[in-house]
Amino acid sequence: MRPQSMKIFDELRNLNVLTVQNAKQEGEKVVGCYCTYSPQEIILAAGAHPVTLCGTRQEPIAAAERDLPRNLCPLIKSSYGFAVSKKCPYFEAADVLVAETTCDGKKKMYELMSKIKPMHVMNLPQNQNGEQTLAAWTKEMEIFKDWLAEKFAVEISEEDLRKAIKLMNREREAMRRLHATTKVKPSPVTGVDLLVSVWTKGFNINKEDGIKLVEDLTAEIEELTAQGSSPFTAETPRILLTGCPVGFGSEKVVRLLEESGASVVAFENCSGYKALDRLVDEDPTKDVMVALAEKYLSIPCSCMSPNEGRLELIHKMAQEYQVDAVVDLTWQACHTYNVEAFVIRDYVQNKLNLPYMHLETDYSESDVEQLRVRVQAFLELVQGE
Amino acid sequence: MITAGIDVGSISTKVVLLQEDEIYSLVRPTGWSPKEAGLNTYQELLQQTGISESEVAYKVGTGYGRISLGFIDKAVTEIHCHARGANYLVRGGGLVIDIGGQDSKAILMNDHGKVLDFAMNDKCAAGTGRFLQVMAAALGVDVSQLAELAKDRQPLEINSMCTVFAESEVISLLAKGADKQDIIAGIHRSVARRVWGMASRFGAAAKQILFTGGVAKNQDVRNRLAIEAGAPVIAPELGQLAGALGAALHARDVAKKDLV
Repeated sequence: MRPQSMKIFDELRNLNVLTVQNAKQEGEKVVGCYCTYSPQEIILAAGAHPVTLCGTRQEPIAAAERDLPRNLCPLIKSSYGFAVSKKCPYFEAADVLVAETTCDGKKKMYELMSKIKPMHVMNLPQNQNGEQTLAAWTKEMEIFKDWLAEKFAVEISEEDLRKAIKLMNREREAMRRLHATTKVKPSPVTGVDLLVSVWTKGFNINKEDGIKLVEDLTAEIEELTAQGSSPFTAETPRILLTGCPVGFGSEKVVRLLEESGASVVAFENCSGYKALDRLVDEDPTKDVMVALAEKYLSIPCSCMSPNEGRLELIHKMAQEYQVDAVVDLTWQACHTYNVEAFVIRDYVQNKLNLPYMHLETDYSESDVEQLRVRVQAFLELVQGE
Repeated sequence: MITAGIDVGSISTKVVLLQEDEIYSLVRPTGWSPKEAGLNTYQELLQQTGISESEVAYKVGTGYGRISLGFIDKAVTEIHCHARGANYLVRGGGLVIDIGGQDSKAILMNDHGKVLDFAMNDKCAAGTGRFLQVMAAALGVDVSQLAELAKDRQPLEINSMCTVFAESEVISLLAKGADKQDIIAGIHRSVARRVWGMASRFGAAAKQILFTGGVAKNQDVRNRLAIEAGAPVIAPELGQLAGALGAALHARDVAKKDLV
């Protein structure tokens, strides 16, 4: 049975737009973010609302390709296309944008996007090693804080930052509990539903309401588990999805897997669990900016070189979620995830001894049948047919 | 017991009726309707062999048209059917390289023909049967003549992987006065390189390399694939039927299980 609360999340998509527009009318400030490296605590401490921006749908890609090369990842093209075609209400509502130098495609696209709206790009280090790297990233946190304080003509106090850290940690913990509901066998919810709820949550600027909604959904799913309700059986192959982020509109691989008889239980990617694994240290004796820098720098994205943390996270999640196989999704022209697939394949097949499949695709529907053959053949292999 | 395997590929439809070790088969062009091609070819083979529909215990469909077949009992992907069929034709497992009409695949099997891993080409037709069809048309020859024309020829460099660009490249070579037969040899080598690029990941783990699918009938592609692989390439005589045969074998497993 589908959780009743999913209906609230379905409706939340429209409600989210109204919430952000109302906030604007009240004169509140909105900061648009694209990535899990964006320190939402600093935005909250500035009295502004952080909001995720659109970038998971195929429709605006044609508009993006007027300025950007076709051979670029669909996430970058979709994000830019939404911005130039003014089709993303959150982008429209945003006073300013914050972004990071993650991959080459994104940072060069941001140069173009910054002509549309004021944007601050944080200089993200390319590895997580050593004190000087942490110091540099901490400095970037300071620079962003000062930039935002000046833009909005506000003071950002340490107290506000510590309060924001507590709030964000509570949100992370709520999201972690939601993700953890699929650890049971069989999972009480579909991967598509989990993905849609997590994705929809990102556009909700009212943090307290959002936490409540997530907690209610979690409680309902846990209730379903207690009743033994599940759309799957004990034999349904359980999949861990890793690789590029997925959202509503780009969920085709998750949908194909579940249409073909699998249950996607774990989302290691950054649209899923990746950035939730570590909280910000709340130790009051610790420098607050260092605490933030440590948390965000630890996110194991493929733009880091090397990116050992991703292997550890896959290992941990594969065990906790009792997965039968790993599917690694790369958006076309995402070089960092595409290259890293070699490392992940070797690790999953030879260290974890699990079946592994790498898929490279885009947001379009043009290759769905070809993908379906692969997905079905992979599941036949997993089930030992 | 008689079982059926129906492999509806993008270019041709292959049907196998399997009775113990007796293989009855029929190959027909798929045309525009995979659904009708599957059913018609199956019925035609029944007629030819005098086997009645009621004698067929179980029917498995495979190939890209498997989803549209209404009359089968079960659909299984071509990955599994090709491995199963190839391992029946040549025992001992290994690596199956299959080049069909619109896709190419590399399947690594264990010694008993169980699939361990696989790779497939992307959605484009580079290095497939369609690629050879387009090239043959550009050169004004029939696909069936390609192998003979390319035999012992010096392959010219064909750099484009894309079917459309490769066609322009071939036309440019012709305009420069290049030898047609050397061009064909070059086309064959580019197909071999492309498919080996995908399959080489499994090469080290495989004790033998089997080559199936319609393109495996081309002796020159076979030879050039062996050069790329640096190992002998076995193309079983009934290689084109591997998918349909694997489907019929799978059907037999299911039917036998049902009897118990």
